[in-house]
Formats: sequence, C-alpha cells, structure tokens
Amino acid sequence: MHELHLLSQAVLEGKEDEARSLVQNLLAMNVNPSRILNEGLIKGMDMVGEKFRAGEYYLPEVLLASKVMHSAFDILKSRFVDVGIRTRGKVVMGTVKGDLHDIGKNIVIAMLEGAGFDVVDLGVDVDSRTFVENVQEIEPHVLGMSALLTTTMPYMKEVIEELEREGLRKRVKVIVGGAPVNERFAMEIGADGYAEDAGEAVQLVRKLLDVEVG
Amino acid sequence: MLAYSSPEEVVFGRSKHPVKCGFNVVIGDGEVIPEVNFTLPSVKVCRDNLREIRKLFRDITTRVLMKCVELSQEQVVVELEHVFEMTQDPQFGAVVTKDIKETMAEFHEKYGLRSALRVTVADIRHRTRPPRMRNGEEVEKVFESFRMCADAGADILSIESTGGKEITDRAIVEGDVEAILFVLGVMAIKDMEFLWREIVNISERFGVVPGGDTACGFANTAMQLANMGMIPRVMAALVRLASVPRSYIAVKMGAKGPLKDCGYENPAIKMLCGVPISMEGKASACAHSSPLGNIAAATCDLWSNESVQDVKLLGGDAPEVFTEILIYDCRLMNAAAKESRAFEFRDLLVASDKYLDPQALMLDPDLMYRAAQIVENVKDPYHQVVETAKLVVDTISQETKEGRLRLTDSERRWLGKLGDTVYNIPSDWSEILEHVEKRYEGFFLMEEYGLP
Repeated sequence: MHELHLLSQAVLEGKEDEARSLVQNLLAMNVNPSRILNEGLIKGMDMVGEKFRAGEYYLPEVLLASKVMHSAFDILKSRFVDVGIRTRGKVVMGTVKGDLHDIGKNIVIAMLEGAGFDVVDLGVDVDSRTFVENVQEIEPHVLGMSALLTTTMPYMKEVIEELEREGLRKRVKVIVGGAPVNERFAMEIGADGYAEDAGEAVQLVRKLLDVEVG
Repeated sequence: MLAYSSPEEVVFGRSKHPVKCGFNVVIGDGEVIPEVNFTLPSVKVCRDNLREIRKLFRDITTRVLMKCVELSQEQVVVELEHVFEMTQDPQFGAVVTKDIKETMAEFHEKYGLRSALRVTVADIRHRTRPPRMRNGEEVEKVFESFRMCADAGADILSIESTGGKEITDRAIVEGDVEAILFVLGVMAIKDMEFLWREIVNISERFGVVPGGDTACGFANTAMQLANMGMIPRVMAALVRLASVPRSYIAVKMGAKGPLKDCGYENPAIKMLCGVPISMEGKASACAHSSPLGNIAAATCDLWSNESVQDVKLLGGDAPEVFTEILIYDCRLMNAAAKESRAFEFRDLLVASDKYLDPQALMLDPDLMYRAAQIVENVKDPYHQVVETAKLVVDTISQETKEGRLRLTDSERRWLGKLGDTVYNIPSDWSEILEHVEKRYEGFFLMEEYGLP
C-alpha cells in the first residue's frame, strides 16, 4: 500500500508531522493498526537501522527517527490497548555506584527505546538497594548495569549478590557493559549477558526476551 | 597579542612561560617530559580497603619511578587522577596524594630523580541531576579536595570540569549543534570562571601551581562517539576546535599550565598565552583510541599516556611499560631538538596524521593558530565559539574540495548541515536560551550558571 510506504519514508527521513498525518489518514481508511505499526512505523525503523549499520546514518538520525516513530505510535496506542497488545519488554538500566559516566548507558537506552522496549533509567551512581527496589517494583525482564571504571565494575557483582539475597535473581535477566567490562567478567560475576556496544545490547535483549517473554 | 608571532615558532618542549614545580622539574623549558598517569586494577575503592588502595598506589608509583631511573630519565610528572570516591571523601584523596609524594621524595633523595605530582580532582558536581554546580554539597567537596591535596603534596592542580555537560551529552548524540555552541560559549564559560577563580585562590594559598582544565567531557566524548560511528567525525572536529575559548578561561582566571593532557585544544591556548601544555596521543591508546596519535605531540611540553590500569603485561606491569614508551617518545623529540631539527620533526608529526581524519586536521598548528587569533580578536566567548565553528566548516570544506581530505557521502551531508547551523545561528545567545530551556527542561538549573 502506497501510504504505508510513505509512512516508512517519513520515519526514515525524520518527518514527524508527515508521519502523524499519514497514521491518521490510514486509520481513517480503516487500515488495521497492527499493519500500520509493522508495515509502516517498524519497517521505517528497520530501514533506519540498515542505514546506521551501513554507516550512512548516525545516531542523531536514528534518534530523530525513533522520536518520529513514537510520536506517530501515540496515535495508534489506544487501538492497541483495546486489543491488549503487550510491549516488547521492560528494561531497567543504571550506572553503578561510584561511577558518574552515563553517555554509553544513555545511548543503549535510546537504541532500546527505538527498538520498542520500555526502559526505566535509574541514572548514575546507583547503589544495589536502588537496583533491587526497582526490580521489585517494576518487575523488568532485564536489568542492565553500566560501568566505565576498573574501580566501579566490581560493584556489579554486589548488585547481583543482593538480587540473589532478595530472591529476585531468577526473575530478571542481568546484562552488563562498559569500557573495562568483557564477556569473561560478565560470566564470572554471574550475569546473563554482555554487550560490546549499543547495537549488540539491543540484539542481546531481543535474544533474552525471545526466551523469557515469547 | 598572541604569545607567538607565527605558528612556525611553536614547537614541542618549549613554551614562553615555563613552569617550575615539584622536585626541580621545569616544564616547557626546552625538553619534553613524560607525564605518567595510572589507575587501579579492578578493585573496590572505599574506606574499608584504604590500606590496600594505598599500597597499590605506592607500589605503582615506585615501579614507574624506578623505570625512569633505569632508563636515565631525569624528569617526570606523575598524575593522580581521582576516582569519584577520592574527591567525595577528600581525606581519602589527600592520603593517597601524600603517599605518592613521599615516594617521589624518596626517589629524589636516593637517585636525584626530578619529579612533580599533578593531582586532578574529580568533578563530582554532576553526581546530582540536574547538577548543583555552585551551591551543592559536591562543590564544597571539590574545593575541599583541592585544599587537602594541595596541603598533602600536590604540585599542580587540575580538573576536567563538566559545566554544561548535562546538556551536551544529549545534544551531541542528537546532533543539536546550536545547543552545543551555546553551552561551550555561555554555560561552560560561566562555570569555568566560577570554578577557576577558586582553584587559583587555593593554589596561591598553598603555593602550588594551578595547572589547567580540559574539554574532555565535551570534545573527547564527541571523539569517542565518532570513533564508534555514532556521530560524524566532522561534528567531533567542530566540537574540538569550538572548545578552545572554554578551556582558555582557566588561564584567563590565573592557571599557569601545564594544561591537562586530554585537552586536545591546548595548542591554541599555548599560542595565545605561552603556557606549557600536556598532550596525549599514540601512547594513550591504552586508555582510548584516537586519530591524533602523532599530530598531538607537535607542540606538547609534557607527553602523557592519559591513563593505564595496573595489569600485568609480558614486558612488566602496564604503568611501567607505558612509562617506558613515553620515555622513548620524549627522547626522540628531545634528540631532534638538540640536533636543531625540532621543527622538521614537528612537521613530520603533523604530516603523518593531518589529512587522514578531520579531527586530526584540527590539530594542525596553522589552524590552531587561526583559532587562537579568533579568541584574541573576537570580543566575547560566545562569538569566539561561533567563529571557530565557522573556521572548522570552512577549512574542512576547502581541504575536501581540493582533494587533500576525503570524506564519505554521509560526512559531506553532515558538513553541509553544520555549515547551515553555524552560519545561521543567532548573534544574540539569549535567543538560543529559549530553545535550550525548552528542549533540555529538567536537565540543568539556570541559577547554577548565573543565568537570568
């Protein structure tokens, strides 16, 4: 359908007003909301992802497209609530105690949101108690921790131990990342996964949630 | 008037105003000196294991200084860059400072090794969000940490200050160039004035050297994102050169140098006022990658490795290995100077990197000199920032057009976008303030920058 193609293009080119207007037109034409989402908005984001991987797009363009997608999706949301469609999954993210670096974490969050996940950002310098309380309250599918310093990465293990003490560990997948962290460290501290960069983090969460959320 | 009458006069190892400090170290007086920075291995930093942390720092310092002795290196600067806990608990940072300085004193006494200690306090003000830059508990701890470290034996005081970073972190990834230039030309300037007035006061009170600041939180953030393909390299180049007016404020407030190693904008400031500068390049690959490995050395007075964690390598522990690398880099530059071939060697350092990346092009002494002229001739910092940004766009466009610098199609597209923004940006920064307030609502507090 030509209008769905135009909607994908509007997402790709970051044209918010055009995307919103197209969604309204498609709804007025009684096109199924799922079709608008999948063949218009998500297809547009997939095209953005391809251009990003090919080095043709940069993060500002990805984030703009994501903003356009979410803005247009707001119009569709009520239709999905009616039919009870779930989000792709909930993620809680934070930079661990003693570490104030957050740009890497923020990029991961932006990419996850762009991929359709609900993300709660706990910010920087987050202690184990705060992580645990948010896991109890929000019940995320995934908990992500970030550290940029060799002196703060050991704290990730403390958080995992606290989750175990509180009986929460089996209820949430834990992923870790940051410059000094690697796969081996992640396995040593009992995390479920490690991602080298934001793109890998999205793939990792997708992989984990395919198992957990279905 | 600039400190140098031409970029052709500016070279590594020599500054107009050398700095004497520590155990008879003279920086910028004809010799490039290694500046060694190290960080801890993966270990928890807290009061509970203070004894272990102190031992680690003493051991690493001993190994670094012994390597200098073994290789007949006569002068060295050691940098202690605080991790969060060392500033959050000023006594902690001071104790480690004292330990390192005592070790340096032992080597001075025993081997005659001339050394100086730079202490870089962590800017913990951005721990709270939005950050309390002037009125919070953290700012008091930052100043107290400076006082206590100065009292405990620091010779040079520095900081990687973060005023405005709460906005640029987002603005850089969203490509909001207008907001980036507003921060660098207004918010960061106001914060630097506030911060450095007090750092200079403390330095004078304790008789230590107020070193300098760096735009690491802005320009190096952009460089790393560009390295990862997250943002265009032309944008990172723009952030780099547009940082010159901001980092210059430390010197305007009384900093004497050596400016901080990760401030790749430093050459322009050396050209402006003749202070010695620390730089980092190929030997800082242990901490981060860069496209500036050689060109960064062209006008340095200290040559640094940025930061290396204390891990075992085949050749020894990483801090001593990188001390050795720095020593050999410095030897080569100093040998060139002794043979009256310093400028020839400088030009090779420049030529080897200059056209391989737009960010390297920014460090060309000729371009740095033009940026320094802008800061000298343009009245206020905001317009200095805008004019340096225009210089970046014009220079990259020209070099690309003439085939010396190659850009991908997507980089060219972004260069066009950058040009549109910088040539159409409001002349009055208050017109941008409204945009920044709206788009970054909740990210910053106006009163913490003295904004109306």
